[in-house]
Amino acid sequence: MLPFRIEKVSTEQDAIQAALAGGRYIAGGTTLVDLMREEVERPKRLIDINALPLDDIRAEGSDLIIGALARMADVAAHPDVLRLQPLIAESLIEGASPQLRNMASIGGNLLQRVRCPYFRMLDAPCNKRTPGSGCAAIDGLNAGHAILGTSDHCVATHPSDLAVALVALGATVRVRGPQGGRSFPVEQLYRLPGDTPHLEHTLQPGELIVDVNVPGGAHSRRARYLKVRDRASYEFALVSTAAALEIEDGVIRQVRLAAGGVGTRPWRLRASEDALIGKARDRQAFEAAAQLALEGARPLSGNHYKLELLPRTIVRALEMAVEAA
Amino acid sequence: MTTSLIGQPLPRVDGHAKVTGSARYAADFNQKGQAYAVIVSATVGLGRISRIDSAEVEDMPGIIAVITHRNAPRLPYGPHKSYIDPATGERLHMLQDDRVRFHGQPVAVVVADALDRAERGAAALRISYEAEQPVVDPSQAEPIIPEAAAQPGAMIPADKARGDADEALARARVTVDATYEIARENHNPMEPHATIAAWTGERLTLWSKSQFVVNEQAETAAIFGIPPEHVQVICPFIGGAFGTSLRTWPHVTLAAIAARQVGRPVKLVLTRKQMFFTTGHRPRSLQRVALGSAADGKLAAIVHEGSGETSRYEEFIEALTQPSTYLYSCQNVRTRYRLRPLDIGTPNHMRGPGEASGVFALECAMDELSYAVGIDPIELRRRNEPAIDEGVNKPFSSRSLMKCYDEAAARFGWSRRDPRPRSMRDGRLLIGMGAASATYPAFQAPSSARVRLLADGIAEVEVAASDMGPGTYTSMTQIAAEMLGLPVDQVRFRLGRSDYPPAPSHGGSWTMASVGSAIRAACIAVREDAARRAIADQRSRVFGASPEEVEWAEGRLRRRGDAVAGQPYREIVASAGAPIEAGASAQRDPEVAGRYSMHAFGAVLAEVAVDPDVGTIRVRRAVGAYGIGRVVNPRLARSQCTGGMIGGIGMALMERTVLDPRDGRPVNAHMADYLVPVNLDIPALEAHFVDEMDPHVNPLGVKGLGEIALIGMAPAIANAVFHATGKRVRTLPIRIEDVLTA
Amino acid sequence: MDHQSPEQFPVQSQVGTDAQFRLSRRSALQPAAGAASRTVVSGAAADVPSIPVAEPMRVRLIVNGEVRDLELDPRQSLLDVLRETLDLTGTKKGCNQGACGACTVLRNGERIVSCLTLAAMHDGAEIMTIEGLAKGEELHPLQTAFIEHEGLQCGFCTPGQIMSGLGCIKEGHARSAEEIRFWMSGNICRCGAYPGIVAAVTKAAAES
Repeated sequence: MLPFRIEKVSTEQDAIQAALAGGRYIAGGTTLVDLMREEVERPKRLIDINALPLDDIRAEGSDLIIGALARMADVAAHPDVLRLQPLIAESLIEGASPQLRNMASIGGNLLQRVRCPYFRMLDAPCNKRTPGSGCAAIDGLNAGHAILGTSDHCVATHPSDLAVALVALGATVRVRGPQGGRSFPVEQLYRLPGDTPHLEHTLQPGELIVDVNVPGGAHSRRARYLKVRDRASYEFALVSTAAALEIEDGVIRQVRLAAGGVGTRPWRLRASEDALIGKARDRQAFEAAAQLALEGARPLSGNHYKLELLPRTIVRALEMAVEAA
Repeated sequence: MTTSLIGQPLPRVDGHAKVTGSARYAADFNQKGQAYAVIVSATVGLGRISRIDSAEVEDMPGIIAVITHRNAPRLPYGPHKSYIDPATGERLHMLQDDRVRFHGQPVAVVVADALDRAERGAAALRISYEAEQPVVDPSQAEPIIPEAAAQPGAMIPADKARGDADEALARARVTVDATYEIARENHNPMEPHATIAAWTGERLTLWSKSQFVVNEQAETAAIFGIPPEHVQVICPFIGGAFGTSLRTWPHVTLAAIAARQVGRPVKLVLTRKQMFFTTGHRPRSLQRVALGSAADGKLAAIVHEGSGETSRYEEFIEALTQPSTYLYSCQNVRTRYRLRPLDIGTPNHMRGPGEASGVFALECAMDELSYAVGIDPIELRRRNEPAIDEGVNKPFSSRSLMKCYDEAAARFGWSRRDPRPRSMRDGRLLIGMGAASATYPAFQAPSSARVRLLADGIAEVEVAASDMGPGTYTSMTQIAAEMLGLPVDQVRFRLGRSDYPPAPSHGGSWTMASVGSAIRAACIAVREDAARRAIADQRSRVFGASPEEVEWAEGRLRRRGDAVAGQPYREIVASAGAPIEAGASAQRDPEVAGRYSMHAFGAVLAEVAVDPDVGTIRVRRAVGAYGIGRVVNPRLARSQCTGGMIGGIGMALMERTVLDPRDGRPVNAHMADYLVPVNLDIPALEAHFVDEMDPHVNPLGVKGLGEIALIGMAPAIANAVFHATGKRVRTLPIRIEDVLTA
Repeated sequence: MDHQSPEQFPVQSQVGTDAQFRLSRRSALQPAAGAASRTVVSGAAADVPSIPVAEPMRVRLIVNGEVRDLELDPRQSLLDVLRETLDLTGTKKGCNQGACGACTVLRNGERIVSCLTLAAMHDGAEIMTIEGLAKGEELHPLQTAFIEHEGLQCGFCTPGQIMSGLGCIKEGHARSAEEIRFWMSGNICRCGAYPGIVAAVTKAAAES
């Protein structure tokens, strides 16, 4: 780990000023400390933002507001979350471990770095870590990598389960920066790698995530998160799907779908959603819609199976959502 | 002698230390003024170091030394080989030349006054390599005949045959012929390898994680060219090992080099990533098993050909094809064992070495045959049950395989199994039930022990043995207490020091047989000594008795049949004026060993549920029944056994170290990426021990348990996956993508 | 929250304009075709401009009820401070990657992994380790249950299992064996003592 300084801040203004001066925000630190130890991350200044009053979780009507500093465990157990958006709680407890969920913040969860093993290895090429050095995964071991949104320069998947749920639910993120605040859909927080894979998100210098707003709806009660993996817990997803449904008289009125483990960012499945609106809630409709998720998919040498697994996961998640209500 | 203690389910005598954090593992022995060493591992898979710029690092804060092949001492590396080292080849010499033989090989060590500073220095050390293309894929390597396996009478023969298996196979009514592949696995104990080294003049103390402290002592002495008695290895607790700490790996030498160089104690702990580099692994294996049978399932031919990977500098061999020579009755059997040398570190023994991989192939093939002939898998094994070990033409000292199947089948409810593949469901889930046999040799190695009776009535027992978790502390305490007629809390059993009487390596399921027999012998010796003294002592209540008419019970020596009187230990010792001490050794009687084939056997039945939509495979329950001779402590044995079954679940469904063929790097060298079972993966597991008295294996009648507990699990699961899905997967681990399109 | 700083992640206006990126699809993991060897350099000494020395920080930790005023390198993890600075070696370093749970301790009563957190960020916090659990010779009921129910073999993961088990019980996640299995899955036991661990947590939860 490289030497650095830590400073504690107690106001958002101080935090933003410190970040503009070159500091990195740290809250739970479960991603950052891990990568600093590998020297993949090399901040010189850490801004400890844990004292900021951003850990509130509350309902505003049918909207759910989750402070950026709320811990994963607290969000997952919060009565308003369980009441309004059980999908979020499910996506949270399927991620990490109980100990990590006691540490990791919602903001940090959304800004997790990728799990590509080559990204973690300083002695391997990685365009995300060292722009221009090449991508070791494209011609290497890539069973866990993305099939959607990839480029010739990066194929790493975004690892957050929560982000998949939030993208499905159309949540917005509120940030504050030197020029004031702004809000935008969580989906727009993430960039595709293109030829600039070192740019992962759309935050401006100094910008701080303040909270996440999840709009409620009839679909929120009939929502499930399915995470497919080789062991039963404590593993990143091979493929995951967040599915939320509004069904009236057996007909799908509204549907929200997003997938994890397959895209270079949390992947909203709009084509599949569109195909389901107005359809009967049966397996044939689910299967037909799920196939549309593969549009533009580009498998790598090691992950062809995701072409098979993704649609199956979508179908199963939809079935689970139907059973949920 | 009463039999009140052996066989009792006593709780662990070291339980208190382990639940309070006071049990000290190697890295817990912090020394005053210690420095921290961090290994720099090669980042190329083959080649030479062309340049090292250490000046920059030497100037960094807190750095005490940067040791590379340029400035490391030339070490004698005297000849040393133990039976846990490969017979052919020579171990890696540390920092003696510029060669890189595999990715991750240690190439430098950085020593600093604080751990973070040492880590920074190690990361910063700039090294240039001339890199060459390594070969790490076994399918690209030419198989060779292992030198040690080619010797006449080799324990693990390269080629072995009886009858004409190929001809019988060609003529057989029913045949199966398939190839099986098992991934490279790393032991990944929870405790990383660690050594704290401290020199006092020419004497070296190593607090070091080791399953074989006397060998670590001897090997380190040979490496440094100092007398073995100048090296002391201390290891009272091992945080799991499963074979990885049998050998003395390079980091031990590096810690000692570093400590000598900087003139203070040095602590060196491998990172989890480095645990995938130079501390051995279960070799990747490729196997072919062909079976031929008559219509009634009677085996007419077994062909078992297998190869394992090894390094280019040592030939690691294991008993991959051995089980096929004795597990079933068959007149025509041919086995072939080869090695594929690669640019990798040398593999080594990992729980159930050889047999775990070989039995997987054989037992999956037997399952395939059961479908081919249409006979229940357990019945198929019954029809091929041999009367003797046909491989060596000797009777088994004991063999309870079918008894194990009967016990396991009854407890499992095997009769409820519908034999048709893909026929059983639980709601959406496909249910499968699979069976497999397990076997492992009942070894015993020479061991010694020392017993000391103290004036306060305590007996001290010392052996340079180890306890990596099975409960050596407890079971040996039980044996000594029983032999001496003492309550267990009056026995102090100590292990894990190289200056104690030597024990064999803590592996191969032979600790109970070997160390237990030695303790038994030492207890008899100390009893005889004490009895002689008591009988000769006029003040003693057994004065003048003949040695044959006295017995040891309840802390005293008494005349047989005299329940009350007798001479308490403490009085015998008090009269002696000093502790009474005796040492003894034990080994298997070679005459008996020559007469019998000695193996443990077991039967494992597993039930899996496969999600037909997304392909997830979960083990729902499993029952193992084992014939392992006498069980010294059923409580510990059961726990050890279910632990081994869990290891088998990992082998079957999760464990795989993947090397990047371009430069040989392990790509998933991380605890989150090398999957082992977590709590939620573990279903209801049952381990049972059938009654088995084996008077031949050793005086205690124990066969050992550590290895066999893992061995049958993976094939039972693979066979259950076939039964559930109708898809035969012959590659381990079985993963979601393997059954997705079933 | 691991928000990226400007020098790590250039702002959007710079996207696509930086001519120094000559992105290559080919990785440099192997020699080019026909080449016998290539030169590879590892090590990160010169390419990082950094403050040379970590300035020590004054940090107060309350460890097992005892106030400890410490001067720490900011890089020190809570785990390394416990083990190396305070010589409380009961807490174990299994992976140092947050992926095994062996280093679990309680921070202000909640279970966390001590390897993935900087000690300097816990000024004033109450830390409980395995050494602080027993009252003299009297074991905590969960410790007793681990012995009684064979919740351990080698013992290396045990301190982490027990501290995690305390958290699990306190959180109310120990109402059934299945629930315990789920909520104890952040602690790997390579010996496979899981059935005993579940039994021990069940027993202690019933008593608490």
